[in-house]
Amino acid sequence: MSTTEQKAGAPFRMVVEMGKIREFARATKSGNPEYLEVENPVAPATFLVTSAFWQNTRGGNQAGSGFTSYERVLHGAQEFIFHGEPPRAGTALTVQARPGPSYEKTGRRGGVMKFHETVTEYRDETGRLVAEAHGTIIETSQAPTGGTDK
Amino acid sequence: MSAPRAAELAEGTELEPFTDKPLTVTDFVRYQGASGDMNPAHHDTEFAQRAGFPTPFAVGMLQAGVLATYLTDQFGASAIRRIKVQWKEQAWPGDVLTYRATVVGTRHEDGQHYVDLEATVTRQTGGVHLIGWATFVVEP
Repeated sequence: MSTTEQKAGAPFRMVVEMGKIREFARATKSGNPEYLEVENPVAPATFLVTSAFWQNTRGGNQAGSGFTSYERVLHGAQEFIFHGEPPRAGTALTVQARPGPSYEKTGRRGGVMKFHETVTEYRDETGRLVAEAHGTIIETSQAPTGGTDK
Repeated sequence: MSAPRAAELAEGTELEPFTDKPLTVTDFVRYQGASGDMNPAHHDTEFAQRAGFPTPFAVGMLQAGVLATYLTDQFGASAIRRIKVQWKEQAWPGDVLTYRATVVGTRHEDGQHYVDLEATVTRQTGGVHLIGWATFVVEP
């Protein structure tokens, strides 16, 4: 267990933007007019990963997960839960990430894998919880060697 | 959208599969730019090789996003309430991935009807890239 390095991230603001929704929808191979042809589209189901752009850290979207090296990190699982429809363009969200459980497993090839879960909450202007993201990052002790090493 | 209704979604109903074009590093770069996850292992060959991979490999969240696209195209963008993915074996440039989903069941809760789905994304080898679960609001 390595919980000592884990901290809740500072809350930050994220505005759901129409252009970003369209960019994200196209990057995920969507031609759906509900994203691309209306003035107030809902966010695509995995769009909230773009909170990375609103967070004052380099690159990643796993605030508080505590990992330090891209070369030893795999994304194991990811979940998005919506309490109602996904947020629409124009919604200003407050994003707060906190660490979930951390645990270790021994991999098939003998390396130790550390699992770090992160829970991120997205609240609208009224404070209503509109969405949650639950992510699991796997930190490996040795380089994965190809196709099936997870 | 003429999304399927709860009454049409018997347990075990399989959705029409979707087979994507072969994956390219350009797909990965486009998704990484859109998402903000700039992990070089998905586009920088030297970096990927230093980390022990033969080539850059697919961004798992891209396939999660395409799975969401596949499902929201059928059930509606605003009707989704949950999606979860768990990655199994990695996918690689050139892979041809097939997206499939099956109805697990429908529920009526708090005045709404929901459909629960299970999904898989398989490589052309038959290997499973990811498994997923999703829930949508549906008409009765």
